[in-house]
Amino acid sequence: MTQPLLSLQGLTKAYPGVVANDAVSFDIGAGEVHALLGENGAGKSTLVKMIYGLVKPDSGRMVLRGQAYAPSEPRQARADGIAMVFQHFSLFDALNVSENIALGMENPPPMRDLAERIRAVSETYGLPLDPFRTVGDLSAGERQRVEIIRCLLQDPKLLIMDEPTSVLTPQEVDILFQTLQKLRAEGTSILYISHKLEEIRTLCDHATILRLGRNVGECIPAETSARDMAEMMVGTALQTPARADRDLGPVALEISDLSVPAPSAFGTALKAVNLSVRKGEILGIGGVAGNGQDELLSVLSGETPTAAAAVQMHGEAIGHLGPVARRHLGLLAAPEERLGHAAAPDMSLTENAMLTAAARKGLVQKGFLKWGLATEFAEKVIASFDVRTPGPQNAARSLSGGNLQKFVIGREVLQQPDVLVVNQPTWGVDAAAAAAIRQSLLDLAAAGAAIVCISQDLDELMEIADRFAALNEGRLTAPRPTAGLSVDEIGLMMGGAHGMEVAHV
Amino acid sequence: MIRLERRPQPSPIWSMATPLVAVLATMIAGGLLFAALGKNPVEAIRTIFWDPLFGEFAFYYRPQLLVKGAPLVLIAIGLSLGFRAGVWNIGAEGQYIMGAICGAGAGLAFYPTESVLIFPLMVLAGGLGGWAWAMIPAVLKTRFGTNEILVSLMLVYVAEQFLASVSLGLLKNPEGFGFPGSRNLQSWDSAHNAELIAGSGLHWGVVAALIAVIFAYVLLNRHMLGYHIRLSGEAPRAARFAGVNPNRLVLFCLGLSGALAGLAGMFEVSGPSGQISIDFNVGYGFTAIIVAFLGRLHAFGILLAGGLMALTYIGGDIAQSNMGLPSAAIQVFQGMLLFFLLALDLLTNFRIRIGQPEVA
Repeated sequence: MTQPLLSLQGLTKAYPGVVANDAVSFDIGAGEVHALLGENGAGKSTLVKMIYGLVKPDSGRMVLRGQAYAPSEPRQARADGIAMVFQHFSLFDALNVSENIALGMENPPPMRDLAERIRAVSETYGLPLDPFRTVGDLSAGERQRVEIIRCLLQDPKLLIMDEPTSVLTPQEVDILFQTLQKLRAEGTSILYISHKLEEIRTLCDHATILRLGRNVGECIPAETSARDMAEMMVGTALQTPARADRDLGPVALEISDLSVPAPSAFGTALKAVNLSVRKGEILGIGGVAGNGQDELLSVLSGETPTAAAAVQMHGEAIGHLGPVARRHLGLLAAPEERLGHAAAPDMSLTENAMLTAAARKGLVQKGFLKWGLATEFAEKVIASFDVRTPGPQNAARSLSGGNLQKFVIGREVLQQPDVLVVNQPTWGVDAAAAAAIRQSLLDLAAAGAAIVCISQDLDELMEIADRFAALNEGRLTAPRPTAGLSVDEIGLMMGGAHGMEVAHV
Repeated sequence: MIRLERRPQPSPIWSMATPLVAVLATMIAGGLLFAALGKNPVEAIRTIFWDPLFGEFAFYYRPQLLVKGAPLVLIAIGLSLGFRAGVWNIGAEGQYIMGAICGAGAGLAFYPTESVLIFPLMVLAGGLGGWAWAMIPAVLKTRFGTNEILVSLMLVYVAEQFLASVSLGLLKNPEGFGFPGSRNLQSWDSAHNAELIAGSGLHWGVVAALIAVIFAYVLLNRHMLGYHIRLSGEAPRAARFAGVNPNRLVLFCLGLSGALAGLAGMFEVSGPSGQISIDFNVGYGFTAIIVAFLGRLHAFGILLAGGLMALTYIGGDIAQSNMGLPSAAIQVFQGMLLFFLLALDLLTNFRIRIGQPEVA
């Protein structure tokens, strides 16, 4: 093997109470797409932050093109030819594409020249993008292209990409992969972070797997099965949720011809949405983030009141009712944002149990709160959903994302809802916890509840949903049975590739 | 290199200890200030904190503590509920004035009738007056989205003008030889908020303040409404999800704090002060903001903080007259208390680490 581009040797980084990286070593070859695989909390982010100069390792060293490499800040990393596309974009909605890119440059050229260069790069790499469009109007996929082009303008030797496909439609993923392959052909190395195994198998030449901060193995993804990689990641055999045959009952929840204006300038309006879910059924709603998922959830939870007849439960008009009245009727919801929406960060788990369970669990009598019962209920959620915490008196924000998600889902499931609406139930949750959450949704449906599962994880929806519909710019497609649905069809339901009208690559 | 590190959850020990540490730090920094002014710092601190309670003339000062502390506590309790919910009523001073005017006005309408019903009527009118004045920012906020901080604050100055106007016109004492100010309610039994035990300083306002403390404690810790108040302050979106109507909460919090401030004004005008006059208000409504935060927005904390604040007022007066300390020095001293409290508050949520800085 020739000299690697970047060699990591025994990198260690400890934070108070946790070793994020423990003597991690591996090489990234020139012109190689190298996958970094691992569950949430495995230490992937810390590792790339060290490469990008955001975090200093406690010990160990890095060698870049045969020379010692210890960046003290991202600027130095960029100067050495390392660029990074973050999972969360740092773009200003109100500025246009070239202005956003100019902001990230040390010495931005005049705006016209920059626009020319952006056009040139976007054509070379098949990333259609108009430099003069306002970022606020772009889809998530297009925003990502802005970030990628921002990196490519620096002519990097190593491009780090953190979970790039989590916001893309399947067609957009294809475009991205073609771009990455073109870059590889030109000799650029790519460090690709993901936990989506099929992607890694199609794209990557080499994979390093992290678990609990250690390098637990390497493999050639094309020659390894997804299941084997998953088991290396998790460390134990994976449990696939068991899907029992269910009898579908009468329609439990129905939305008819519902339109809601956008709640804010960058929100999404819901346009003529129709849906119905039957008892015992799981309706999966897919779509790229920001296409009306939050708005749909708040219409169903009762946070956004609508015309009474637009939302019906068991044939009864409930569109005008608030969240508490809906909970009394058995319609429960679990929003996507755990901290600040589904739970109050600084309040204890007991107090957070009170947040939604007061109505159905009899935690309140004539306005007075029964804290004893609330603690019991919180303890029950903690025990049945295996929430790792010292006890219900701990603040919600002291829990890890996955544990808090288990608590939030458990809090609703244990109230025995007739209809449950969840948004991104396993977002940012490790594989074992995600499997447990999915299983609990399946069990709830088997017991006769109707479930609406909004998610951006298509694999998840295919695994648990009976029917699939997609949200695209606030419109909901007609649902189709998930059995026999192909990835291409799903992609077209999600609106295909956004912004393809300018792409002829 | 000193840096701050966020605690996984707020430290219960520090949340209890910061007010005490803040008082100690104020004593030290205040002592240095007094020393720089050429006074004996130990004597000055003793005069402020010890003499009103246990000094030679404590029999005179102790009732004063109740008289000064009661309106502070009563107003601060109302404010604390709003502050917990993220509703910022800065205009308690105005609501205090309006409560006093309405309370006194309702009573004086029946002068010189003697009836046991007059005082309860005045209490009701006082509370309603403060409530109505607070409803102005509340309705403007819920209807038009105005900022309640600005509106309530500006209404203080409107109320002050109104106070001057009624002192010179509507409520002016017809037998007052042309001096501004109303009849003295202390000399009219039916309207006099007299001491319940002679010489103790204990008047109906003190009783009302104690009831308010217990009411606020039960509301915040045992009742759904109080839970919604706390939830709205900590996570507004979660509060909506829980079913809180934010507009109703704004109306409730501003209304209640206005009513309590109005009651405080009414008890003051019918008791210790005795009459409506141009300079009737002495800043209780603003000092109560400090008291609310000094008491950590906690009902019993406010009770203690109100006592402490009254102590520095009375002790400050003694230090001024006995030691010749300038009144500005006393005000700086009181300001320090709030400063140290807010600064040390950081320790509840952060711990101090000394060592290598961490990038990002």
